[in-house]
Amino acid sequence: MTRSEIEAIIDRYEGKESSILAILQDIQAREKYLPKETLEHVGERLRIPINKIYRIATFYRAFSLTPRGRHEIVVCLGTACHVRGGVRIVDRLTVELRIRPGETTPDRKFTLETVNCLGVCASGPIMVVDGHYFGKMNSAQVRGILDQFDTDKKESLNGKN
Amino acid sequence: MGRISSPQALEQFRNEILSKRDPNQPCITVCAGTGCHASGCHQVVEAFKKVLQDHSEGHRFNLRMTGCHGFCEKGPLVVIHPQKILYQRVKPEDAPKIFEETILRGKILESLLYEHPTTGEKITHEDDVPFYKKQMRIIFGNNGSIDPTQIEDYLAVGGYRALAKALSSMHPDQIIQEVKKANLRGRGGGGFPAGLKWETCKKAPGDIRYVVCNADEGDPGAYMDRSLLEGNPHSVLEGMIIGAYAIGAYEGYVYVRNEYPLAVINIGIAIEQARELGFLGENILGSGFNFDVKVSRGGGAFVCGESTALMASIEGNVGEPRAKHIHTVISGLWDRPTNLNNVETWANVPVIIDRGADWYAQIGTEGSKGTKIFSLVGKVNNTGLVEVPMGITLREVVYEMGGGIPGGKKFKAVQTGGPSGGCIPESLIDLPVDFDRLTEVGSMMGSGGMIVMDESTCMVDVAKYFTNFLKDESCGKCTSCREGTKRMHEILTEITEGRGTIEHLDLLEELGWVTAETSLCGLGQTAPNPVLSTIRYFRDEYREHIINKRCPAKVCRVLLEYRILSNVCTRCGRCAKVCPEKAITGKRKTKKEEGEPFKIDAEKCVKCGMCFETCKFEAIEVE
Repeated sequence: MTRSEIEAIIDRYEGKESSILAILQDIQAREKYLPKETLEHVGERLRIPINKIYRIATFYRAFSLTPRGRHEIVVCLGTACHVRGGVRIVDRLTVELRIRPGETTPDRKFTLETVNCLGVCASGPIMVVDGHYFGKMNSAQVRGILDQFDTDKKESLNGKN
Repeated sequence: MGRISSPQALEQFRNEILSKRDPNQPCITVCAGTGCHASGCHQVVEAFKKVLQDHSEGHRFNLRMTGCHGFCEKGPLVVIHPQKILYQRVKPEDAPKIFEETILRGKILESLLYEHPTTGEKITHEDDVPFYKKQMRIIFGNNGSIDPTQIEDYLAVGGYRALAKALSSMHPDQIIQEVKKANLRGRGGGGFPAGLKWETCKKAPGDIRYVVCNADEGDPGAYMDRSLLEGNPHSVLEGMIIGAYAIGAYEGYVYVRNEYPLAVINIGIAIEQARELGFLGENILGSGFNFDVKVSRGGGAFVCGESTALMASIEGNVGEPRAKHIHTVISGLWDRPTNLNNVETWANVPVIIDRGADWYAQIGTEGSKGTKIFSLVGKVNNTGLVEVPMGITLREVVYEMGGGIPGGKKFKAVQTGGPSGGCIPESLIDLPVDFDRLTEVGSMMGSGGMIVMDESTCMVDVAKYFTNFLKDESCGKCTSCREGTKRMHEILTEITEGRGTIEHLDLLEELGWVTAETSLCGLGQTAPNPVLSTIRYFRDEYREHIINKRCPAKVCRVLLEYRILSNVCTRCGRCAKVCPEKAITGKRKTKKEEGEPFKIDAEKCVKCGMCFETCKFEAIEVE
């Protein structure tokens, strides 16, 4: 993110200190994480000490301080999904991707996250990949869905056909 | 249309809108709530658009994307007005058929109708479906008929009429009296009387006051606030404007969860439109009253649903609660008097003002008036949102609207009130649901999640689930909450993994008591509820885990054992293929060979359950 892009976001909120959450959210939405230099810049502009910015960035779930994978997988662990076996989906994903929730695969293909409720309880257990919802999941379906998003695999499959 | 400057001008504008609309003109409505979105409603809408465009008669019909209808289980939902024919689980390829057959020729497509789960009867009209029949949709009803992004749709169903009435013919104190008389209690969880809150805020010293809408719906399993904000945002806004006028506030905030992208968009559009037409801004409807609303997006912290934490978050701080020796109605947002109510509470306000407190107070029970929207989820046939009068029994909700438990399993409990609530056992299924009765039995109303659990739900696991949630979401300010939830979770983990002792039960009860008594905010004060209520009603299940090291519901993995029944096994080999630990061996049956039944090596088995979920012949037994 360039300096002027950061400035544009800050200006959208009239440079108000109380808008720090919204500013960080906009940066997170664009970069998918909060780069250190960007946070320093925001702190200077808004005259907020960097330790306070880090306190906010680490308190709220919505923010990440590390770069994210190309595809974001979110598994709902709300109560309704839990009683229908949402944990098994997460277990399966941790086996398949060899990462725990909150982590990103070393090749930066996938980031795995859990969420406390997406409010799509009727379709639970639910898993969302890049905004695509997969409802009524069971753990045996996980591999197939990952393959749909694994571009390298897809290309090699297409090549074979 | 510019700003509307008087109640008379509003009525004139409304009549103009209505005169252009023929109530008998067929209209296809497609539910576009998040639930139906997840099941593919957008493709259905596109298919209908194409059909209407391509057909010479297409222009005579309306197509409308509405908010959530509530019956998410059967989505995507399509309702054809004016007859209100309900088609469920509609696919894009059904669109031409629906248009040709039903809309042009009036023929009902049996295959898309709702089928009664026990009698098998096909039901044509939305209102006749048992899920809807017993509901009383005074707050949620318009969701199904309006496009939330069109303010004209809201005006056509009488929108902003209550606001005009309040501004032109009621004194602010009169409005507060009306809300008090209606005995409206906060729908966000605590059930505090809204009128009393408004009055205290109004009387608090200071010139600047705020009103806040709490849309940080964090209770897992509850999504009525999201559906209201997505499906009928103007009703929430109208309530806020009336409240602000009564209290004397000029600025308001809607604090909404960032995990609800559609709600953020729709409330934003609604605010813009309300400003354009003069329901927000200066001199609203010519009354001289000024008020405006801003949207503040949450950062994904459950504790921010607590009023003081929420206000800290709006101010741009970490969302930590503070002690409430001085309430937020006296000193809240930026130390000014602030009145906070939740989405559903605000949406009740226009109904009370429009139809009167006397009418409203007829609905419900002695202590709890009006209706409540519940999200009926979990192990129940008809999952979705139901709006019912207070005082309805759990049995009516679970069995009549919810259609009972799927797969012929046995009902075990209903969990209400989210992580602050408790589990209500079968013996209390005839309990009338209202604020006070739920608290009496050790649970609470909360924001209205109702999670149905059956015999295959382990209550110790449920308690563990909630303490895990709470230990993650505790902000850490109070030691008792931060450590108490963590230790309770540790103990429950011990029990579910076969290392529990009988003393653990006493320890859990003691820990629970201390956490509740010595925590600052509602999160910690109610954190032990899921543990204490399950111990209270399901002590035997705890004992079974501790003494016999068995999980009767077959959920706690460490206590389970998987076995393949050799007489049922078809030797297809699917289980061996999916086993991540290569713990299953056997020989596949082929045309040439008989094969050998498959076996699980207990030493290697990690009890992931993959084989169990994969086997199509129920050849895998769990013990």
